[in-house]
Amino acid sequence: MKEKKNVRGKIFATVAIGLVLIIVILGLLQRLVMPKYMGEVKEGALIGEYYDENKDFDVVFIGDCEVYENFVPAVLWENYGINSYIRGSAQQLIWQSYYLAEETLTYETPDVIVFNVLALQYNEPQKEAYNRMTIDGMRWSPSKVGSIQASMMEDENFIEYVFPLLRYHDRWSALEKEDFTYLFGAEKVGHNGYYMQVGIEPVEYIPEGRRLGDYSFGDNAWSYMDKMVALCEEKGVELVLIKAPSLYPEWYDEWDVQVEEYAAEHNLKYINFLECTEEIGLDYSTDTYDAGLHLNLYGAVKLTDYFGEYLVTECGLEDRRREEALAAEWEVKLERFYEQKEELEALEEEK
Amino acid sequence: MLFTSYRFLAFLLVLFVLYYVIPKKTQWMLLLVASYVFYAFAGWEYFIFMGITTLSTYGAGLLIDRNHSRQKAYLAEHKAELSKEEKKAYKEKQKNKRFAIMVVCLVLNFGILAVLKYTNFMIANINGVLEMTGSDKVLAFQDLILPLGISFYTFQSMGYLIDIHRGKYGAQKNVLKFALFVSFFPQLIQGPISRYDDLEKGLFGQHAFDWHTVSFGLQRILWGYFKKLVIADRMLIGVNAIIGDTESFTGFYVFLGMLFYALQLYADFTGGIDITIGIAQVLGIKMQENFNRPYFSKGIKEYWRRWHISLGAWFTDYLFYPISVCKPMLKVSKWSRKLLGEQVGKRVPVYAASIAVWFVTGIWHGAAWNFIVWGLGNCFFIMLSQECEPLYEKFHNRFAVKEKMWFKAFQIGRTFLLMSSLRMLDCYRDVPMTFRMFGSMFTDWNIGEVLSTGIWNLGLGLHDYIVLLIGIVILLTVSLVGRRGSVRDKIASKPMWVSMAVFGGMFIAVILFGAYGMGYDASQFIYNQF
Repeated sequence: MKEKKNVRGKIFATVAIGLVLIIVILGLLQRLVMPKYMGEVKEGALIGEYYDENKDFDVVFIGDCEVYENFVPAVLWENYGINSYIRGSAQQLIWQSYYLAEETLTYETPDVIVFNVLALQYNEPQKEAYNRMTIDGMRWSPSKVGSIQASMMEDENFIEYVFPLLRYHDRWSALEKEDFTYLFGAEKVGHNGYYMQVGIEPVEYIPEGRRLGDYSFGDNAWSYMDKMVALCEEKGVELVLIKAPSLYPEWYDEWDVQVEEYAAEHNLKYINFLECTEEIGLDYSTDTYDAGLHLNLYGAVKLTDYFGEYLVTECGLEDRRREEALAAEWEVKLERFYEQKEELEALEEEK
Repeated sequence: MLFTSYRFLAFLLVLFVLYYVIPKKTQWMLLLVASYVFYAFAGWEYFIFMGITTLSTYGAGLLIDRNHSRQKAYLAEHKAELSKEEKKAYKEKQKNKRFAIMVVCLVLNFGILAVLKYTNFMIANINGVLEMTGSDKVLAFQDLILPLGISFYTFQSMGYLIDIHRGKYGAQKNVLKFALFVSFFPQLIQGPISRYDDLEKGLFGQHAFDWHTVSFGLQRILWGYFKKLVIADRMLIGVNAIIGDTESFTGFYVFLGMLFYALQLYADFTGGIDITIGIAQVLGIKMQENFNRPYFSKGIKEYWRRWHISLGAWFTDYLFYPISVCKPMLKVSKWSRKLLGEQVGKRVPVYAASIAVWFVTGIWHGAAWNFIVWGLGNCFFIMLSQECEPLYEKFHNRFAVKEKMWFKAFQIGRTFLLMSSLRMLDCYRDVPMTFRMFGSMFTDWNIGEVLSTGIWNLGLGLHDYIVLLIGIVILLTVSLVGRRGSVRDKIASKPMWVSMAVFGGMFIAVILFGAYGMGYDASQFIYNQF
């Protein structure tokens, strides 16, 4: 009897150890094959960086590349003492922005959430790769589940978000050095969510936007706009709508009118920066790194400075530069910021 | 619900847990519900056809069974009163009644199958004839549905009915139990075509959780997924590339495609059957094997005893023998023996029945001439091989090579190539194209080009070839080891950590090297379409 128990115990122990080993191996493999976003496409790493922060921000930007390329939190801090963060990712869809805002508000309650309205143009999921860049970096929460469910394309499966190994398993044949280098942790890419670009490619030609049959934003997109408004109201956060001054893709007048009307109806502030480029001082021959699609650091500094003034005067944000702990934190961040600026400028010069 | 979908795996997980939690006497009911849920995912409208097959076969089976019982009772009751002739006449009358019931049911069910599966094939042929005769008339193709698994469940049900008619066993009295026999989900889409008396005990019995059975079942499922996802679906990329471009991929490419397809089909079909049998095993149900290392066959006849065993057995039992011994065939036999002599004449009915069986086997696989030619091609080679028996005998009497290893390898290679060549008819769009591509193997000498650069144009990279090579080596090794008993038994006899390492490694291999998910088309099992 005792012997039988011993045998059973041995079997149980072997199975348990075996299962743990298999899980560990699968876990390691998952880390290995998941994209690290440390090569040419770095934007995918931005979303996950938020969790390392102290999460006591005055302003949180939410949106697509038009926020993480065009606004510089370091400038808001240096010039106005505003502590800000950008939760943006490539082609971030409005429901993804909503769920990121929802998640952010479970950690902190900023004074202002700034949302870039370009994403209103999309009423349904667009591309799996962009979904992944936004969602994979999120920590598990009801917001992440909501974001996945709202974003999945027809051929996507929820379980592949739970176990990304099932999605990326085939990358075993395309592994690069960075996959091993950053197996247990990646380098920081953003500066409070800002993705620095110092190249200059002047605007020479602005592609004309194609005519649309219907300029109305879709119901699904509007429903998430409504949700975002309700969320901010509920949490006592001011929602500011913006349209970044990217020259294309086209921001149609018909779209602008709809946002203006919506903002007026819901008593929201809305700034279309395309209408005040001169006031900002933007020079599209020097302030963009990709011919008008996004601003480079120099353009982003001008835009951020302009918007900082607005946040102080219109939203009543206060200067926090006298808060020692925060100032010390920013000192480190600014050091890294300027170091990278120098590095990138040196690289640009070499080109 | 694809066997390779996450949904199916979740479905299995829930089923397995529930199956061993609920009272044992209700296990079969759960299986019926699960089978219908599985079927509902294919389409609600399919239930009509499965319902007709289930109810008609159940009803006919009962009627025949009752007639059997009534006859027995009547004869027992009137044993003393009836003369021998009267008894014979009575038996004959009852036999005719039973036969009529069976025929009505067979016609109904095979009729449904024929209409749904072959109407458009018939229309295409009629249109072809009309075109040849210069007629302007064209028959319109019909928009018909083809219910999931109809070929399999129809054959299985009709096998049951014929067995009842033959008095092999009694009819199932419970319509729900019979419905489970028809719809049991693991075997629904690609077989095996089970016999009622083989399945009855397993399906309706009570099964306690047994770690050995369940773990062996899970191992078998895993092995099936390995074959399907790691080998078959990766090989599919190369096969599709070759058969999809008949202008560029000729000559040695065709030969390569033929080998690829032979391996893909084997891994795909046997993988699917492994999953099926494995699922049944986890549920405590023993199903018959459908393969017995067919690629090690030394002759075509042997091959067909080892490939898709349940289908071959079905045709032998329910088509070949009835045709061979039916009255008209006996007359033909008598006539042919008289006319052609004993030696030749006695083969006529056998060959006639063989041709009929192979014609039906071909068309069962698909409503196209490709499949008919494929079926008849198999028949031709089997007959040829039989006719050559005396020559073989002379050869073996002269040269003692029969037991030599190299000669066996030659026989195996020959059979493999022959079967693979015939199976090219599955791949290309029609018979002339298949023959053209087959011919190009002997006319377009591009082996150098294919091996130097061509193999990289088939959508497969070096990593794919490495995975395939390792997968095939594992497949071959398992087949070779399996000749001397169950591989799982051998592994289980080793220390526990060996099992964990083997099946844990296989699980990781399936996850990592499986051709599934984004970038791969969710691939159905090839035999689903039959």
